[in-house]
Amino acid sequence: MPTSALLFLVAGLGLIAWLSGRVRAIAFRKAPGQRFSSLPRHHGSFAAMWTVLPPLLFLAVWGACAPGLATNGVLKTPAAAQLPPPGFERAAILSEARAIANDHHRTPLNPLATRLAPAYAVEQSRYGWIGGATALLLGIAGGAFAFLRIRPGFNARTRIERIVMASLLAASLIAILTTIGIVASLLFESARFFGTVPITDFLFGRHWSPQVIDPRNPGASLGAVPLFWGTFFIGAVIAMLVAIPFGLMSAIYLTQYASPRLRAWMKPTLEILAGVPTVVYGYFAALVVGPALRQLGVAIGIPGATSESALAAGLVMGVMIIPFVSSMADDAIAAVPSAMRDGSLAMGATPSETISRVLLPAALPGVVGGVLLAISRAIGETMIVVMAASGAATISLNPFNSATTVTKQIVDLLTGEASFDSPKTLAAFALGMTLFVITLLLNIIALTVVKRYREAYE
Amino acid sequence: MTDKTILNDHKMTARNVSVWYGAVQAIGDVSIDIDQDKVTAFIGPSGCGKSTFLRTLNRMNDTIASARVEGDIRLDGEDVYAREMDVVQLRARVGMVFQKPNPFPKSIYENVAYGPRIHGLASSKADMDRIVERSLARAGLWGEVKDRLSDSGTALSGGQQQRLCIARAIAVDPEVILMDEPCSALDPIATAKIEELIHELKGRYAIVVVTHNMQQAARVSQRTAFFHLGQLVEYGQTSDIFTNPREERTRDYITGRYG
Amino acid sequence: MERRVRRRYAAERRFRLFGLAAIVLSAGFLLFLLVTMMANGARGFVTTEVALSIDFPAAGLGLTPDRIRGPGGDLALAGAQLDAVVDRAAAAQYGAIGPALFSDGADTIVRRALKADPRLAVGRVRLWLPAASDVDTAAKADGTPLAEKRAQVLTDAGQLRTGFNWGFLSGSDSTDPTAVGIWGALKGSLLTMLVTLALAFPIGVLSALYLEEYAPRNRWTDLIEVSINNLAAVPSIIFGLLGLAVFLNTFHLPRSAALVGGLTLALMTMPVIVIASRNAIKAVPPSIRDAALALGASPVQVVFHHVLPLALPGILTGTIIGMARALGETAPLLMIGMRAFIATPPGKLTDPSTVLPVQIFLWSDEVSRGFIEKTSAAIIVLLVFLLAMNGIAIYLRNRFETRW
Repeated sequence: MPTSALLFLVAGLGLIAWLSGRVRAIAFRKAPGQRFSSLPRHHGSFAAMWTVLPPLLFLAVWGACAPGLATNGVLKTPAAAQLPPPGFERAAILSEARAIANDHHRTPLNPLATRLAPAYAVEQSRYGWIGGATALLLGIAGGAFAFLRIRPGFNARTRIERIVMASLLAASLIAILTTIGIVASLLFESARFFGTVPITDFLFGRHWSPQVIDPRNPGASLGAVPLFWGTFFIGAVIAMLVAIPFGLMSAIYLTQYASPRLRAWMKPTLEILAGVPTVVYGYFAALVVGPALRQLGVAIGIPGATSESALAAGLVMGVMIIPFVSSMADDAIAAVPSAMRDGSLAMGATPSETISRVLLPAALPGVVGGVLLAISRAIGETMIVVMAASGAATISLNPFNSATTVTKQIVDLLTGEASFDSPKTLAAFALGMTLFVITLLLNIIALTVVKRYREAYE
Repeated sequence: MTDKTILNDHKMTARNVSVWYGAVQAIGDVSIDIDQDKVTAFIGPSGCGKSTFLRTLNRMNDTIASARVEGDIRLDGEDVYAREMDVVQLRARVGMVFQKPNPFPKSIYENVAYGPRIHGLASSKADMDRIVERSLARAGLWGEVKDRLSDSGTALSGGQQQRLCIARAIAVDPEVILMDEPCSALDPIATAKIEELIHELKGRYAIVVVTHNMQQAARVSQRTAFFHLGQLVEYGQTSDIFTNPREERTRDYITGRYG
Repeated sequence: MERRVRRRYAAERRFRLFGLAAIVLSAGFLLFLLVTMMANGARGFVTTEVALSIDFPAAGLGLTPDRIRGPGGDLALAGAQLDAVVDRAAAAQYGAIGPALFSDGADTIVRRALKADPRLAVGRVRLWLPAASDVDTAAKADGTPLAEKRAQVLTDAGQLRTGFNWGFLSGSDSTDPTAVGIWGALKGSLLTMLVTLALAFPIGVLSALYLEEYAPRNRWTDLIEVSINNLAAVPSIIFGLLGLAVFLNTFHLPRSAALVGGLTLALMTMPVIVIASRNAIKAVPPSIRDAALALGASPVQVVFHHVLPLALPGILTGTIIGMARALGETAPLLMIGMRAFIATPPGKLTDPSTVLPVQIFLWSDEVSRGFIEKTSAAIIVLLVFLLAMNGIAIYLRNRFETRW
């Protein structure tokens, strides 16, 4: 039975259940002057839920195990005797047979798959019918059960609300599941990586060249220190040298000096700056900023100036972070009680003295928290460095020189054609794990600092 | 007092009611009867627990996670805090009007129709129209709003908003109406209208009014309860409380020594 | 004393100037970026065409109007070697350099013309066909001197014209920059966003409702809160790794599909929607909840009849902003293989597809000079979409934001 027809049938059953539940409830409401905790439509929905939910849940489970059952059935047919032993090849043939069974126009590659396809079609339709019939029976049984439960005093509303609450709870658990998913997948793949490469080689090794990995000693060419340095140099030094002064001064000017009209225009402008996709910044950095900086470097005689310099990526990244720093600083300054500002101004201090001697020191924890969050953003930023930074892992203090980052290497490692469990791809997960841990720590520290600071002035 | 008197004509009875917010006791051991067809006023200085006690009568305190109620409260002899009691039903029977007018940001009609709709009180559109008109008329608002029922309820003046809230409470046909300082946000003219309205409504519903205004209590109520520091100090006929209080603290409060 | 005050005022002016300079420079950078993209991108919307006369009967294709109209006409058209026909006709008309004047995609235009009007096959026709990349850039006065001279000759002879590049809006990726289009990537983006919205919006709003309205304060809800706040700050590339490990390697969903891209971006967007929704829900005054509760509405009714409708403008604003972020996202999609060369727009969610930002990334890597303007043109299209979304969000915020 096609899935769409089955869903249509279940929906039809649900509608019937809704109508009959309603009618039954109305019939019970003849007694006048009595209050009811549930309305007829609640009873209808109650019946409909009991009719629709069990088959849907069953189909979800069935959809997960029916393919396995069908494959087992196919394996019992005589044609399956020629299959190679369990392994990659066998799985490929089986999945091709399934594809042929489902799509007759497909051109077959493997003759064995073509021979197995009819058996697959038979098995699939058999389990499809079993599943469909069971689902419909479940729906009818659930509907009948619910219908019989509808009595004058039956509170259908609270039952429905319990289901609503359960779905709300389930939705909020997705966030935890995602976190667990991230941590688990990173941990699992990293563990496999560290099974072949010693963790000390990875964390403290100073040579990174994943293109040539010596299978006997893979750790020798997978030392991530140059990556950590590049990430730190671009994200936490160069980008912040741009973002902190510009962001902070814009926030100060906008909150303390700007006319309301200027502010009404500048805030959305900064928001637009924050909304420009990173791929656009990256393209801009690679197309305009990188070559310009190389020319500048050559002109002032800096050795090794390259268009894929740390400076190009860092500068553009800094510009991207300006609105973020500005809005965090804005919040921090706004949280300082105005009494402090008034007190300073009343003593005859100029606005700039008030800002630098009173407001900023008072807002400092908030600003620091914001800067930490900005750093965490900068070191996790990918596209700008992928497009503007170089792939060569070097450790250099010269900003006109090339530098690479963790994120850039993750992309480079995973967009090659290597198989999934080669040390190269696993290394990407180890890098991801490192990145995740560092940004997580930065965020936790920043949020704690900001929270403490907010509480201090509340 | 014996059980017999409870069954007589007391609409609601409270026995030994205490309320805690976490570890802090807000109400201690309050026992009181609310009579049918009467207006009962709760007076006392702010923070004395009169509003807290009011909110235990229709279990609005349930919304505060840390609140805990002990003692026995009955509506027509039914235990309000019993497990079988459906809070939704209880609140339909014991309506409430708040300190600050809080109409829904919907049309005047929808404001009044909302309660009857969720309780399934109207069988047709015409039926609902009748309920809305009757409720607005009882709240003394029909004449002022009948031509603009689709206007937003929040566009009315403060006094009109409060009468709309009363109409909204009446629309679900309650037995008791609790009013938590219903005039404290209103000007004197609007206050006079609400007081007049309370007077007219008392024949149909048992009404409880919390107020910090003693003149108001004296004007609208037949029974008055004086709360102080979470205790019920004195409860009796309004005329007795104001002219001849038994307790020293009541006398001090009424004569303006504190509060 | 007076000198001191003067010095202090000078410092004050300096400080103010610094602030102004910071703002002006930030805005100036945005302006510079936009102007650069515009200047480069405007040319991407212009196409250069060169006229070519083709004598179909002489080409010996055996195509007649009836064959093209009849069954199997498409197959016959596809089988006819139109690229060779174009090359021969170009050589006949323009000499040895003739074939090099035309784009690789020229034959598809011929095929389309024949399909639209099969009567063309019986005679000699003059068709406007897209010019090759170097002629194209030369016609826009940015080519090599040789190509520019050639373009000038063609223009003088009335054999070259420029016009709006409709093909750019309706086509897909190609190896020839004059034949590329963004519709394939745009459709991929739309499908991906559809999946993202369908998952992230309901899940985000429902969990925000739970956390804000019902959740008891305990260790579990704290855990949920911490998870959401941290997820909002996790670098987007980590979500790509998650998608790769879970959706591709564990559930074996198809690589490079809009479905997987949408799932991955949904996980990334959901925390943004949750946080925005919680703020919107928090802004609904408690007195509304009290009013509904006191009328005998159940907690579920209070939320779905009153709180949710009142918070909806704020929720939608946050959702649009989150979706705009997802639309501009590139890195996680690279991780799940959405960097394939996609020459046909995806038909369904599981088809291999690409998205607009990834297309920009791929084109930016091309060496051919013709791709620079196409990359910038694609960026303009992307920015127009993002600006429109942000504009709607700001409008919603200003129009419906209620101060209680």
